[in-house]
Amino acid sequence: MSAYPAYLAKRLAQFVMVVFIGVNLAFVITHASPIDPVEQSIAVVTSFGSTAPEAIAAMRSSLQELYGLKGTLAEQYLTFWSRVVRGDFGPSLSAFPTPVSALIGRALPWTAGLLIVSTLITWVLGNLLGGLAGYYQRNRTLKLMGVVAMGVHPIPYYIVALLLLIVFGFLWPVLPITGGSAMNLQQGWNWAFISSVVLHSILPALSLILIGLGSWFLGMRSLVSNIVTEDYVVYAETAGLDSRRVLGSYVMRNALAPQVTGLAMSLGGIFNGAVITEKVFGYPGVGTLLVDAVYAGDYGLVLGVTTVSIIAVSVGVLVIDLLYPLIDPRVELR
Amino acid sequence: MLAILRDLLRYNLEFRIGLALVAIVLVMAGLSFVSPYPAGDVFVVPPDMPPSVTYWLGTTSRGQDVFWQLTLAIRNTLGFGIMVAVLSRVIAIVVGLLAGYSGGWIDRVLMSINDTFIIIPLFPILILFYFVLRDTMSTPLLATIMACLGWAYDARLIRSIALSLKTREFTQTSIFSGMKTHEILAREHLPYVLPIVFSTTMNNMNWSIGIEVTLAVLGFTDINTPTIGGMIYWANQHTALVAGIWWWIAFPVALVAMTFIGLFLLAVSMNEYIDPRSRLARMGGSR
Repeated sequence: MSAYPAYLAKRLAQFVMVVFIGVNLAFVITHASPIDPVEQSIAVVTSFGSTAPEAIAAMRSSLQELYGLKGTLAEQYLTFWSRVVRGDFGPSLSAFPTPVSALIGRALPWTAGLLIVSTLITWVLGNLLGGLAGYYQRNRTLKLMGVVAMGVHPIPYYIVALLLLIVFGFLWPVLPITGGSAMNLQQGWNWAFISSVVLHSILPALSLILIGLGSWFLGMRSLVSNIVTEDYVVYAETAGLDSRRVLGSYVMRNALAPQVTGLAMSLGGIFNGAVITEKVFGYPGVGTLLVDAVYAGDYGLVLGVTTVSIIAVSVGVLVIDLLYPLIDPRVELR
Repeated sequence: MLAILRDLLRYNLEFRIGLALVAIVLVMAGLSFVSPYPAGDVFVVPPDMPPSVTYWLGTTSRGQDVFWQLTLAIRNTLGFGIMVAVLSRVIAIVVGLLAGYSGGWIDRVLMSINDTFIIIPLFPILILFYFVLRDTMSTPLLATIMACLGWAYDARLIRSIALSLKTREFTQTSIFSGMKTHEILAREHLPYVLPIVFSTTMNNMNWSIGIEVTLAVLGFTDINTPTIGGMIYWANQHTALVAGIWWWIAFPVALVAMTFIGLFLLAVSMNEYIDPRSRLARMGGSR
């Protein structure tokens, strides 16, 4: 563990790098755009009714201020960064005058909860079943699972979400298909609300799990089936060790390390699934917020969600990376 | 090349299924060239007809024949996937070979950028791109953007091969015989990474088509160019499922699922073929 500080420094540097590039990307994209967000926002507001020209001029100047579009490009860049650091993206246009940060703060727990729980379930289940399938290669059920995993895994999230919606929405309506919880409940730590949240999260989580499961299953299976031919496993088996012990302490343990790295790398991709899944099931998370913000032409909100999601995913990767040496003692602490 | 194909066909069930699925998809895409009416046009046939002898897969509420519309949609979708795959392959090969061969600070800088692109959530960034480029967003532009974002993982794979190639004797020989760096990379190392490049192409196409479908379903692409995602978008716009016009959504979904599974199986079987250990196991040579 003596090399841990160096490892920590390297990972932290990487984290800073990801956030830096990501936020700069967001700045460049928005500033390279041929669309003027200020004019666009004015168009959105004036479409609700006619406004006096003086009011529009006042609005133009205050919007430029709010969006950080005043001054030279360098000044705008600095304003942008100071806003990101403070988490201030101005007021949302579609939910005026609620600040963007408040909207994101409200949506973030939903997405984080859904993603963390479904990712954990997917990862544990996929690795467990994949490990078993790689070890007991003659087992019929596990073989069949492999075939199903191969067939299901490349299907995009949207399709699975849609299928679940059809099955549980129309054919067999037993689960709530939309929203994050029942409308009439007091939000907080009471049983009625929590159970409603859990019930509403089953279908969105299921669509994420079904798609994610396959790749962990297949990955773990091929890792394990390579490891079982290693000398030390053959030796342990010949020595008459209990096969469950061989699988648990020798095979799975060694196969798990690359899967932890994979977990960190897949986090960015999981977000894609979350956006579409949330939209399909009307889940009140960041994905729904982002999509609706695009429909509404809400510049500040789109920019805010993008930046926050880049930072959130980087934090997730950092956490997994920092836990990594605890799981795998052989980790290259270079 | 032919011998490889024969081996794959003989010993690999996944390859056979994958090839069959991709062949069906390609035939569908090819049929778009002989479509009886311009497949992109609306109101050329009576709307909302269920599948029948005249309209094999039914017609849409916009008066399009689902079958012929599908042929054009899958052609555009495949074209998009190929465009992204080819462009991002070029970036991945250049970055991967250069980083692996040069080492030192070039390697470190390139790999830091690379790691960033692996982790960053691309979907919100793509939505941001759409948001600011709405009116000018076209399929080639989206393909270029996605190619610029989607090369990182494969560049890492290629780099790992390049690292081992660098220590091989023939590389030393080439250096001493006075070959320039780009010549060594292009003539000596490139042939070794091409098999991996082929198999990652399939995965990259799946990735890009998946994202394109997802973006299109939300209406975040050029929805006037018919693609599979675009078809689903329009079906949603007309609430096809609620109205009972299931064929409008079911057939595009089925076809795109076939594409995904076919390409995925091809990639898996090729990967397995590249790895001599599992190839031998498959042919019954060991284990």
